[in-house]
Amino acid sequence: MTGAIDTILQGTLLGGLYALFAAGLSLIFGVMRLVNIAHGDLIVLAAYTAFLAVQLTGIDPLSSLIIVVPVMFVIGYALQRGLLNATLGRGILPPLLVTFGLSIIIQNALLQGFSADSRKLLLGPFETASIPLGPDLAIGWFPLLIFATAVVVIAALQALLHRTRIGRAFRAVSDDPETARLYGVDHRHLFAMAMGVALAVVSFAGVFLAIRTNFDPAIGPARLLFAFEAVIIGGLGSLWGTLAGGVILGIAQTVGAKIDPAWQLLAGHIAFLLVLIFRPRGLFPRAVD
Amino acid sequence: MTYRIERATRASRIGLWLLLPILGALLSLPYWTGSADMRLVVEMAYFLALAQMWNLLAGYAGLVSVGQQAYIGLGGYALFALTILAGVPPLAALPLAGLAAALIALPTAFVVFRLRGAYFAIGTWVVAEVFRLVLAQVTALGGGTGMSLPIGIVRAVAESRDGRELVIYYTGIAIAIGAVALVFLLLRSRHGLALTAIRDAEGAAESLGVDNFRTKLWVYLVAAFGGGMIGALIFLQKIRISPDAAFSVGDWTANVIFIVVIGGIGRIEGPIVGTLVFFALRSLLADFGAWYMIILGAVAVVVMLKAPQGLWGLVAERFDLDFFPVRRRVRRLPEA
Amino acid sequence: MTALLETQALEARYGDFQALFGIDLALQDGETVAIIGANGAGKSTLLRTICGLNAAAPEAVRHRGQAIGGAAPEAIVARGIALVPEGRRLFLSLTVEENLLMGAYAKRPGPWTLQRVYRLFPVLEERRRVSGIQLSGGQQQMVAIGRALMANPEILLCDELSLGLAPIIIRDVYAALPAIKAEGTAVVVVEQDINQALAVAGRVYCLMAGRVTLQGRPEELDRERIRAAYFGV
Repeated sequence: MTGAIDTILQGTLLGGLYALFAAGLSLIFGVMRLVNIAHGDLIVLAAYTAFLAVQLTGIDPLSSLIIVVPVMFVIGYALQRGLLNATLGRGILPPLLVTFGLSIIIQNALLQGFSADSRKLLLGPFETASIPLGPDLAIGWFPLLIFATAVVVIAALQALLHRTRIGRAFRAVSDDPETARLYGVDHRHLFAMAMGVALAVVSFAGVFLAIRTNFDPAIGPARLLFAFEAVIIGGLGSLWGTLAGGVILGIAQTVGAKIDPAWQLLAGHIAFLLVLIFRPRGLFPRAVD
Repeated sequence: MTYRIERATRASRIGLWLLLPILGALLSLPYWTGSADMRLVVEMAYFLALAQMWNLLAGYAGLVSVGQQAYIGLGGYALFALTILAGVPPLAALPLAGLAAALIALPTAFVVFRLRGAYFAIGTWVVAEVFRLVLAQVTALGGGTGMSLPIGIVRAVAESRDGRELVIYYTGIAIAIGAVALVFLLLRSRHGLALTAIRDAEGAAESLGVDNFRTKLWVYLVAAFGGGMIGALIFLQKIRISPDAAFSVGDWTANVIFIVVIGGIGRIEGPIVGTLVFFALRSLLADFGAWYMIILGAVAVVVMLKAPQGLWGLVAERFDLDFFPVRRRVRRLPEA
Repeated sequence: MTALLETQALEARYGDFQALFGIDLALQDGETVAIIGANGAGKSTLLRTICGLNAAAPEAVRHRGQAIGGAAPEAIVARGIALVPEGRRLFLSLTVEENLLMGAYAKRPGPWTLQRVYRLFPVLEERRRVSGIQLSGGQQQMVAIGRALMANPEILLCDELSLGLAPIIIRDVYAALPAIKAEGTAVVVVEQDINQALAVAGRVYCLMAGRVTLQGRPEELDRERIRAAYFGV
């Protein structure tokens, strides 16, 4: 019994990380209908930015967010303004193929700059510290921190979208970009801001990933798939749904790993495919589409 | 006024004559060059064939897949399974591997077709990952580390090493030509017209009674068949297979997409030009390591943004060339 | 005297199709002008082009003497030209109040605030937290007008306010015009409904197939001439 509770608990906490992977993807799809295939590689780019910050300044990995978040925001803004805006409004091929090309470019640039060696950020004792809950049950402080961050980040995004002027403009542009322009919304700037925010969120995902596991330049695409699966399981356009999607994916993977370690990824993918077959709009679809 | 609807163009008639010496050179190549060149031509042949399949999917049916490595890998593994476990002769296993891939593509299509546009793309990738992870569990086919074709089966292709290279060479050429011919004939058929209609205006085509789902399903199955057969050939040449190599997104999807985008998407000539450019770039940049893929990716991005019709599209528009006329042209005839 | 808004030899095209041919039009401060014409005459294209949604030569549109043709829509609304678009085009996932606030995105100062709009259309205050799709057609049109007013325009362009609305509702919607004009706002109404247009406008332009076929004050124009200019018969 404790075994089952433990599995669900660990899976839920892992889901927090997946929700952080997915929140940015969900946001930019919501605002500009862009599916960014390079999203996973941008998570890895954030991990390397943190790695570099730690190497150069000697600050601890969590504090490196002070540097990584603004750097990634600027990269996101520039990327959207300088490259991705040009792909929008021209059918599905340009955004898809340009972000695919970008994914290959980022992977190989990281390979060139940092080699194929695995890296990891070390956080010290906090990484393995845990709160005992019972005889065979404990919650790790670090997984808990990741999950709490995911909840806070998603609540913050939700507040941004619904309580601020720019958030209102994000939603208006998503509904009808042409009419939004009529009232003074410069969609190019706004899309760039959305990508900046998305990559600021990606920074958290990247730093936590780098502390939690080994990383190398090639692991981005798998992260894209996790993010994508969380978004689809949760239902397009719903940020809390994305958190739920991440949790379901996390639990599925943890249960799979419990049966056989080789089954971890497969179990996650199968959960995704089952949702696709039986609930193609996801578990918590947005009412208005 | 009278009109005539015709498809042959001046370029297509010239192209037919141009084809003969090229074909002659390719067929006689084994007799005047070494095995390294032959292997290179085989590699070009299967990339051309893969590019034709992907172009058919993305350029004509609007099915932008980044998961075609699923069928290449399945084809490769089907070759190993059929020859090792079922005792099928290797060459006979090639078309059977294609059929096996198409058979698996059928139920898969019903799942991934629930996703539209970019989501379809990533969905196909997930499916390819599922196949990779499942095959890594099949110990009879080497599990996660993979396996080599037993020597007995390799010998069944041809006794000598030279003989094997010759057989694989001509099979590769045949598959490449077959892929071009298949796409050409498919586009000239009734399906081709439906495809063009879907590509140009999906909603309108549907309202005119074009059955999008069936047409797309057909294309998806054909591409899976092609991918499976090509995959079987690739791993017959390589002799060794592993899940990571068989389902590699970098090798079988990134390269193929770059070939089609650079050459010209939605045109049969596109993959041909793209393959030539791709191999030229590869040999030029062979010493630059990761820079090679960075440059290739950057070229593809620039082409997509600045000349989405691709290199061949630029040339064709400039000189009104069309070597593979699949469109019907309306020509006004002089009054009688 | 420099006109408030002026077009000179304005042309517009969609690809190979030319929609407007040399439109000359002028609007003075505080004036109300109606543009009438059949479906496809180019009325909506004219308004869209003035707002910057279609390309135009810089000199072809002037605002207080300054060339603004082909400027970005964001720049044009900032100058005080706001459009109530054809089909209302509300932001459907936003509430009524959020839609109105989007109108004020450019932060142009002026008399119109949420409170003023709610006083003009009291029903909108009752439904301020409701999303756009849950409104009736008339209420949607009120939101669309209110949203454009929130931009505090000195020129309000209204595209087919009456489209798809019942006559009694049309009357309610048009009842808002005097209060808008009282702020000194110049108004351009595009209408297919000739009577409605003649009732509110100080001057009328009639468009047919992308050209101005008739212009004048409503009292100068008799039915025969309007019919000829409107239908080309």
